[in-house]
Amino acid sequence: MGLPLFPPGDDPGPDFAALIRHSDHYRPRPVVDGNGAMPAVAHGTTVVALRFAEGVVMAGDRRATEGNIIAHRAMEKVFPADRHSAVAIAGAAGPAVEMVKLFQTQLEHYEKVEGVALSLEGKANQLGQMVREHLPMAMQGLVVVPLFCGFDLRLGGGRIFTYDVTGGHFEEADFAATGSGGRDARNTIKLGWRGDLGRAESIELAVRALYEAADEDSATGGPDLVRGIFPVVATVTSQGYDRLADAEVAQSFTALVQRRSLGGGDS
Amino acid sequence: MTMPFYVAPEQVMKDRAEYAQKGIARGRSLVACVFADGILVVAENPSRSLHKVSEIYDRIAFAGVGKYNEFDQLRVAGVRHADTKGFAFSREDVDARSLANLYAQFLGQVFTHEMKPLEVEILVAELGVDGKPDQLYHIAYEGTITDEDRFAVLGGETETISDRVAEAYQADWPLDAALRGAVAALAGPDRTLEPADLEVALLSRANGRRAFRRLGNEELAELLSGTRKAPRAPRGGGAGSTTTPDSDGGPLRSE
Repeated sequence: MGLPLFPPGDDPGPDFAALIRHSDHYRPRPVVDGNGAMPAVAHGTTVVALRFAEGVVMAGDRRATEGNIIAHRAMEKVFPADRHSAVAIAGAAGPAVEMVKLFQTQLEHYEKVEGVALSLEGKANQLGQMVREHLPMAMQGLVVVPLFCGFDLRLGGGRIFTYDVTGGHFEEADFAATGSGGRDARNTIKLGWRGDLGRAESIELAVRALYEAADEDSATGGPDLVRGIFPVVATVTSQGYDRLADAEVAQSFTALVQRRSLGGGDS
Repeated sequence: MTMPFYVAPEQVMKDRAEYAQKGIARGRSLVACVFADGILVVAENPSRSLHKVSEIYDRIAFAGVGKYNEFDQLRVAGVRHADTKGFAFSREDVDARSLANLYAQFLGQVFTHEMKPLEVEILVAELGVDGKPDQLYHIAYEGTITDEDRFAVLGGETETISDRVAEAYQADWPLDAALRGAVAALAGPDRTLEPADLEVALLSRANGRRAFRRLGNEELAELLSGTRKAPRAPRGGGAGSTTTPDSDGGPLRSE
């Protein structure tokens, strides 16, 4: 591995994905024969994001499934993309985690080479291109659908972007959810969301949305009080990405479960 | 048919070395030193956007003097090397020693085989982890590599500046003392350097995963005048520190 220097016409610029296509480390992905059955792979499920006064809250359950089997109980689906943005993934776990790793490196690489970070819009667009490049794999069943959010330093507020398998990305006004339990999670947030939510309330709402999704969807994991595994909850504000301590999430869930067991159905 | 004149190899090397040294001496110098919390790099550089000191990776910084386009090309190559290596293997496998060796090989190759040597002198600094010492790799225009564990001086009149740094240097000095020492050594007895003349960055153990941070003018002025003591940066919980940069709006800060 020598020093990666390029002649001017062939220079990949600040694009890390283009750089590794030049390098020995890049191996073209094998294309799976469409007739062969895809072996079971782990799938991650429900992730949510919602806006609040100071930024965005993002949360994801911890379960990964292979068909009807629970493949992992403590998988992480919410990651910092860089200092002021976060990405959450639903879909085939392997390629999704790899996409996040590439995305994180891409953002940091751009920032170091150029000396300034990409705009939030630019980051969202980059992720869209990565999802689009993944389309052939998605056609064979390895769908990856991320959720992207961040604090826009220029506009001074939180923003949320959703994606489809073709890489199309759409900005959501206030909240979004994706994955198998996404519909239930989204409905829960829809009923509880207000424009003036504070940090604590929005975390509580995100936690409740995951709880409702786990209640209705077998592929979504609820709080695992026996093993002490709780969803990952993070906030992105002007101060940056901040993952909540497990203790704080546990507290939020314990309060929710207690309210549920005393009062029955009301939220 | 004309025959090329014979020139002794000694003479060729001497001419090239002289050419490179002259180019480097035209620019301003740079001092890097180890302090209590990490590594401090102080460059004399009036530009706010054409940096001499930059981030390569989590714990690795780059500094160059001489011709800007030449050392900037080396900087970008270093970022590419580090990011590719960290992506293919793991973040902890990226180290300054192998990068410094690559730079040395490249500079040596250009010096002996190309018409024109690169007019640069570069520094690769690495913050030590797990009890390993901080390391400064100083690579000269012809590929000579030296490693220092206290301080390094790059640029023109290095000898006089080195003597001044050596005299002031204290093991484990705090940031403000190290900064004043380095600035005084750069300025010499007859000049004073203002914050606007300086580019200062540090690799600090208090900065979380990405240790690199630039010091803005305001913070610099306060540290130099002694109105601010070496900051004890509060550590945020977990892997990412949540401290904000005091100035500079630092896009180069870690999450």
